[in-house]
Amino acid sequence: MANPCAIAGIGQTRHASQRADVSIAGLVREAALRALEDAALTFADIDAVVIGKAPDMFEGVMMPELMLADALGAAGKPMLRVHTAGSVGGSTALVAASLVQAGIHERVLTVAFEKQSESDAMWALAPKIPFQPTVVAGAGGYFAPHIRAYIRRSGAPLDIGMRVALKDRLNALRNPYAHLHQEDITLEQIAQSPMLWDPIRYAETCPSSDGACAMVLVSEQAARSAPHRPAWVHASAMRSEPTMFAGRDQVNPRAGQECAAAVYHQAGITDPRREIDAAEIYVPFSWYEPMWMENLGFAPEGTGWRMTLEGATAFDGDLPVNPSGGVLSSNPIGASGMLRFAEAAMQVRGQAGEHQVDGAKRALGHAYGGGSQFFAMWIVGSEKP
Amino acid sequence: MSEQVYGIKVPIRLDYTYVVGTAPARFLRGLAQGKIVGQRCPSCAKVYVPPRGSCPTCGVPTRDDVALSDKGIVTTFCVVNIPFAGSAVKAPYVSASVLLDGADIPLFHLLQEVATEDVRMGMRVEAVWVPNDELQPSMNSIRYFRPTGEPDAPFESFKEHL
Amino acid sequence: MRDVAVVSFAQAPSVRADQLRNEVEILMPVVAEALGRSGISKHEIGFTCSGSSDYLAGQPFSFVMALDAVGAWPPMAESHVEMDGAWALYEAWARLQHGDIDSALVYAFGKSSMGDIAELLTLQLDPYSVVPLWPDAVSVAALQARAMLDGGHHSERDMAAVAARSRRDAASNPNAQVRTPLDEAAALAEPCIVSPLREHDCPPVSDGAAAIVLAAGERARQACARPAWIRGIDHRIEPASLGARDLATSQSAALAARHAGALGGAFDVAEIHAPFTHQELILRDALGLGDRATAMNPSGGALVANPVMVAGLIRIGEAAQRIIDGRARRALAHATSGPCLQQNLVCVLEAD
Repeated sequence: MANPCAIAGIGQTRHASQRADVSIAGLVREAALRALEDAALTFADIDAVVIGKAPDMFEGVMMPELMLADALGAAGKPMLRVHTAGSVGGSTALVAASLVQAGIHERVLTVAFEKQSESDAMWALAPKIPFQPTVVAGAGGYFAPHIRAYIRRSGAPLDIGMRVALKDRLNALRNPYAHLHQEDITLEQIAQSPMLWDPIRYAETCPSSDGACAMVLVSEQAARSAPHRPAWVHASAMRSEPTMFAGRDQVNPRAGQECAAAVYHQAGITDPRREIDAAEIYVPFSWYEPMWMENLGFAPEGTGWRMTLEGATAFDGDLPVNPSGGVLSSNPIGASGMLRFAEAAMQVRGQAGEHQVDGAKRALGHAYGGGSQFFAMWIVGSEKP
Repeated sequence: MSEQVYGIKVPIRLDYTYVVGTAPARFLRGLAQGKIVGQRCPSCAKVYVPPRGSCPTCGVPTRDDVALSDKGIVTTFCVVNIPFAGSAVKAPYVSASVLLDGADIPLFHLLQEVATEDVRMGMRVEAVWVPNDELQPSMNSIRYFRPTGEPDAPFESFKEHL
Repeated sequence: MRDVAVVSFAQAPSVRADQLRNEVEILMPVVAEALGRSGISKHEIGFTCSGSSDYLAGQPFSFVMALDAVGAWPPMAESHVEMDGAWALYEAWARLQHGDIDSALVYAFGKSSMGDIAELLTLQLDPYSVVPLWPDAVSVAALQARAMLDGGHHSERDMAAVAARSRRDAASNPNAQVRTPLDEAAALAEPCIVSPLREHDCPPVSDGAAAIVLAAGERARQACARPAWIRGIDHRIEPASLGARDLATSQSAALAARHAGALGGAFDVAEIHAPFTHQELILRDALGLGDRATAMNPSGGALVANPVMVAGLIRIGEAAQRIIDGRARRALAHATSGPCLQQNLVCVLEAD
C-alpha cells in the first residue's frame, strides 16, 4: 500500500485584494519560503515541485509554472502543474502527496496561488463566445439558484447564510493572514448589505484576493528530521462528476458524498461528526456551509442548517468549521483549496495560533470546484496512521 | 529618486475562431428556424438541450434529434441585482433554469414580463422569440422566457432536476 | 516501483483544422477506442487524468466539458494537468504506484487551429520583461536553432534531413497530417521564415486528441498480450529565462533520461517530441541516442502532426504501440513543454 506522507512545513502569504508589492514570482516565494522555513529546509532539499492554480487567464500567463520554475527552485527538478478548477488547491496538494505516497520522492514542495489583480478576472471568466447564452450573471448567478433549491428542500430559516458569514468573518479576526478583518461586523450589517444575486447578499460572498499557500510534504523517513511536529495524511481522495446531466443533484452532489465516504473509509472514521475535531471547508458563498455539512455526512440531509443555527460549527462548537475564517475571508481562488488543506494540517499540528481549536487531533480539508462537480479532500491527523 | 514602479500594463489581444461542434450546430440551426432541438442519448434515453454531442453520464455520442417545446417550468432561479459589464439587461433581472417540456435538463435563460418577487419555482413559462426576420443561429433568437399563466408544476415533478 | 504498462493507445488523425467537431466530439471516439482495446471499462478504471490548456481552447475551465467524453458517472477519481498529456500519464503512473488501484485512463486534447498558436505561446514567457516584446514561438525557436548552428556540430542540412526523414515516415502513418515528400536540396534553397528556420523546420498547426490506458501487474497482462512496461519515467524543468541556459543543449532532457534509466542500452524505436527540426538534433545529443536507436521517430513525429498538449502523449503512445504490436522490444519516448525545450519527460518502455 501507499507510503505514509507527512506535512512538515506550511506557509501562506498575507492575502489582499491586490498585492502590488510583489510580482507573481514574489508572491509564490513568500508562501514557499515560509513553508521551507517551517520545515527547516531550503529549496536545495526539495526533490520536486507541484504547483496549482485556477485558469491561466487570471494572470494572463500561459502555463505560468514554466515562468516560475526559477523562483520556486525547480530548475533541474520535476515540476507538475495541476488545474482542476476551484478544487485545484486541494488537488495540487493531493498530487504532491501522491508522489511521496508512491515512494518516488522524499520531499515535495507544493504551492498554489492566484494573483487575480494582474488580469481582469471578469474578462478571464467570460470570453465573448458567440454561440453561448448572453445572460451574464457572474459566479453568484450560477450558484444562487442552487442555494434557492437548498432552502426550498431543507426549509432552512432565511438567516442561516448571514450567520455563517458572521461566524467566518469573526473567525478571520483570529487569523493574521486573512484578507478581510472586519472588526465591527454585525448580523445587522450583513442583513443590510446589498442583495446581489437573491438569495445571496454581498456580505455572504467571498472576496477576490491575491495570495498563495505552500506546503512541504515528506516521507516518513524525512519527517524524522523535521524540527516541528508534522501532520500526517490519514486519507485523501478526488472525485469528479459531469457538470450538467439529467437529474443531477447540484445541492448535494454525489461526487462530494462519495469523496467524503472514501476519505472516512481510509481514515477508519465511522462517525465523522464525533471523530473529526475541526474542518476547513470550501465555502465561497455562506449558504454552502450547511449544504456541505450534509454532503460531507456531518448532518442528515435537510438538517445541515441546524448545525449553524445551534452553533455546532462555531469556533467553540463541537465541530468548528473554518476557524481560519475560510474562503469567505480570503479567496485567492487557486490557493483557496490548498489553504483549506493547510489550515486543517495547522490545526492538528497545534500551530494555528489564535484560531487553534483546542486539542484538535484529526481535521478535514475540503475543496470543490467548477459547478460543484470536482471534489478534493484529505483527512490529516497528529499521529502517524 | 524616481517614482517606484509597481506594475506595467501589457495589453493582450487574442482572436479565436470557435468551433461549436456538430451537435450544438444542429441546435443553433434550429434556433435560426424558431425551433429548439435537443438530442436523446441512445443509452439512457435522456434528452439533452442544448445538445453537446455526448451524453455526459454515458460517454456515448447523441445523434437522434428531438424537437422540443418552447414551454417549460422554472426549476430554480436567481434575481440578479447588480449590473454586469457586457450584460444587455438592466438589473434587477431574473436568471432562471428552465426545464423545457420533453427535455431532461434545464437550460439557463432570462425571465421577463413578471415582477421579480412574483417568480416561483415551478412556474410555467414560454419562450418569447425575436421576430422571424431576426432569427439567427444563436440563443439570442429567444429574447427571454415569460410566464404562461398555467398552474405551477408541483415541486415533486421537478425536484429531480435541482 | 510497481510494474505499470501501457496496454492500449488511440489517437485522432491529426488535421489542420477540424471545423466541424468540438473537443468533446474529437475526444469521445478516441477514449472509447482506447478503453475498448484494453477491455477495461470506464467503471473499472481506478484513476483518470488529462492534459490540456485553457489558453489553447480560448476559454477557462475548458477541460471540464471534456470530461463528458468519458461519461464520468458514477463519479470517478479524476485529475487534470495544464500540461501536455505526457505529464498526465506521469501523474497516473505515480498514482498506480500506491497499489490500491490497477488501471488508469489518460487523455489529452488540443485544437491549435482556433487561435494563432505561435502568438499564443508567447504568453509562456516572462510577463514582465519578455512578453511586452511579444516574440512569437517561431522566433524564440529560431534563437535556439541559431545557438545550435553556431555550436558548429549541426548544420542546416542536418535539419533538412530530419524534416525529409519525418515526411518519408509520415507516408505510412495514417494519423499524420503533413505527408508531402521533401526534396532536401530544393527545401534548403527556400528562404527562411525566421532565420535560420525554413518552413520545413517548423511544425504544422494541428487539431488532435489521444488516449492511453495504463494497467499494473497482472491486470496489464490480462488487458494486453504484449504490454509496454514502463521501466523508467522522469521529467525535469530548467530555468525559464532564455538567457540563463545554453539553448544549444538540453540539460533537463539529459537529466530526465538519466533518472529514467534511458542512458544505457539500445532502443528499437525512439519517439522524440521535437516540434522543430533543430530540437530533434539537440535532443538526440542530450539523450545520447547516437546510433542507439534503430528507428528514429518512425511516426514522423511532431514535424508532421503537432496537436499542442497532445503531441507528447502521442510519442509515448506511438512508442508503446510498437511494443504492443511486436515490432519493438525496447522503446524510448520523450515529451517536451515550454519555450526552447524548457521541460522534458523521458519514458523507457519494454516488452516482457
